[in-house]
Amino acid sequence: MDITFKNVSYTYQPKSPFEHQALNDISFNIPSGKFVAIIGHTGSGKSTLLQHLNGLLMPTEGSVEIGAYTLAKEDKPKDMKELRSKVGVVFQYPEHQLFEETIAKDIAFGPENFNVSEEEIDARTKDVITKVGLDESFLERSPFDLSGGQMRRVAIAGVLAIKPEVLVLDEPTAGLDPRGQKEIMDMFAELHEEEQLTTVLVTHSMEDALTYADYIIILNEGSLYMEGTSREVFSNAEALRKVNLDVPEIVQFIHAFEQKFSTSIPFENQSLQELAQIIKQRMEGEEV
Amino acid sequence: MGNSLVIGQYVPGQSLIHRMDPRTKMIMITIFVVIVFFANNFYNYGLLVVFAFLSMFLSGVPLRFVLKGLTPIWFIIILTFTLHVFITKDGTELFQVFGLTVYSGGVIQGTFISIRFFLLIFVTSLLTLTTTPIEITDAIESMLHPLKKIKFPVHELALMMSISLRFIPTLMQETDKISKAQAARGVDFKTGPIKHRVKAIVPLLIPLFVSAFKRAEELAMAMEARGYRGGEGRTKLRELTFSRLDVITFLFFFIVVGAVIYLRQF
Repeated sequence: MDITFKNVSYTYQPKSPFEHQALNDISFNIPSGKFVAIIGHTGSGKSTLLQHLNGLLMPTEGSVEIGAYTLAKEDKPKDMKELRSKVGVVFQYPEHQLFEETIAKDIAFGPENFNVSEEEIDARTKDVITKVGLDESFLERSPFDLSGGQMRRVAIAGVLAIKPEVLVLDEPTAGLDPRGQKEIMDMFAELHEEEQLTTVLVTHSMEDALTYADYIIILNEGSLYMEGTSREVFSNAEALRKVNLDVPEIVQFIHAFEQKFSTSIPFENQSLQELAQIIKQRMEGEEV
Repeated sequence: MGNSLVIGQYVPGQSLIHRMDPRTKMIMITIFVVIVFFANNFYNYGLLVVFAFLSMFLSGVPLRFVLKGLTPIWFIIILTFTLHVFITKDGTELFQVFGLTVYSGGVIQGTFISIRFFLLIFVTSLLTLTTTPIEITDAIESMLHPLKKIKFPVHELALMMSISLRFIPTLMQETDKISKAQAARGVDFKTGPIKHRVKAIVPLLIPLFVSAFKRAEELAMAMEARGYRGGEGRTKLRELTFSRLDVITFLFFFIVVGAVIYLRQF
């Protein structure tokens, strides 16, 4: 599903002493099937923006279009549930939303609300629990007996079981160990390919944005600061530094290398191995 | 969440009312609550209303904001007014509606009771609007201090109060967060038959309880790690002191109180 923001602004508690404008005239377009990263500091409006994607918040000005649904102040879809069955959101620390006696029941909670048939739910439950890296033996256990990382996986499975077309991830790896982080992010990347999802990833990590995203949107103090492919965005290190964001280490390294050896290595999101290969060639070439 | 509920919400500021010692404010409000029940005619009710609005004006909190926050209470005010109008049978007959006779005494009585209600809520919310919860608990601890002699756990009580007040916003945020997460999974809290909506509370309450217990445990651990062992010998960061401002407001307030009692005879 295509996602389009048209001049969206959002104000919390308007007309009170606590009035706060979280989003300011934001417009962008995410074509169907893309993997987009939204980056910004705490308080830049990332989480507010994300809640517009499934109608948890309505823009105070402007409109949001998600596939055939339009969200605007005066134009709300009649059936929000339908939209929410198509946009799955993994919130920050999703393990806090677990509540059922067994993991199977918790995973089934979403699909049940969207009136999915029982056999279908059963099949989905078994499917998603393996997808998140656990196995079927977990299904009858209580979610509260698990470790933090496992709880996170179960909560994610609960969102995947809805079979959304758009997957929204709000810092899904916060607080996990590095290995868990990589596993979870790789799983999302795989799902994105397999199910042809449109994925929106909200993150602090430049490395994750570089590795996984096709397109990057940078927010600063509620406004759209930059947007473009990872190459476009990260080649403008100066602008990023202005809003206290760093370029990924790998890009930093290439820049430093280029300067030191006055050569140019076109950055095309190469893997570490490929890059090492290129550098090796260059060095050997120069020595000859 | 809870945007419309003003009671318990603090509006930061530097006004006269904000700067007063919280104990002064609390004592004054206690007396005010009593004195409201002494008022018996339009003169002293008028005086109290003027006093309340003057305080609100001095506090710098926008009136529109306070009145909007009082919306949940309007219903009670209107209900008591209507009941009084129809039930009291004093004074002269005014007119008849729905086969019920309305007497002048009923209208007057209804108006007084409504003003009384309004004043009580208005002034008490003025306290919480201009005083941080921490100041309020400090004031309570300080005023209950004499009870220590009879082994009343004043410090513990105050600490319990400040901790619960401290965690209200946290719990509100948590509620907001979890209800959004469950709404994203298709729970509908707002529409549908009441039975479904009651059922929808379960996925909200259980995670809330779980996190509240976790938080309590973590807090207890953190307090112990920082060497907390009760109020004995504990010093305070914020010392409460009465200033000239408090003396002046007290004097002014007692003139108002005196006037209200004096006006009773008219």
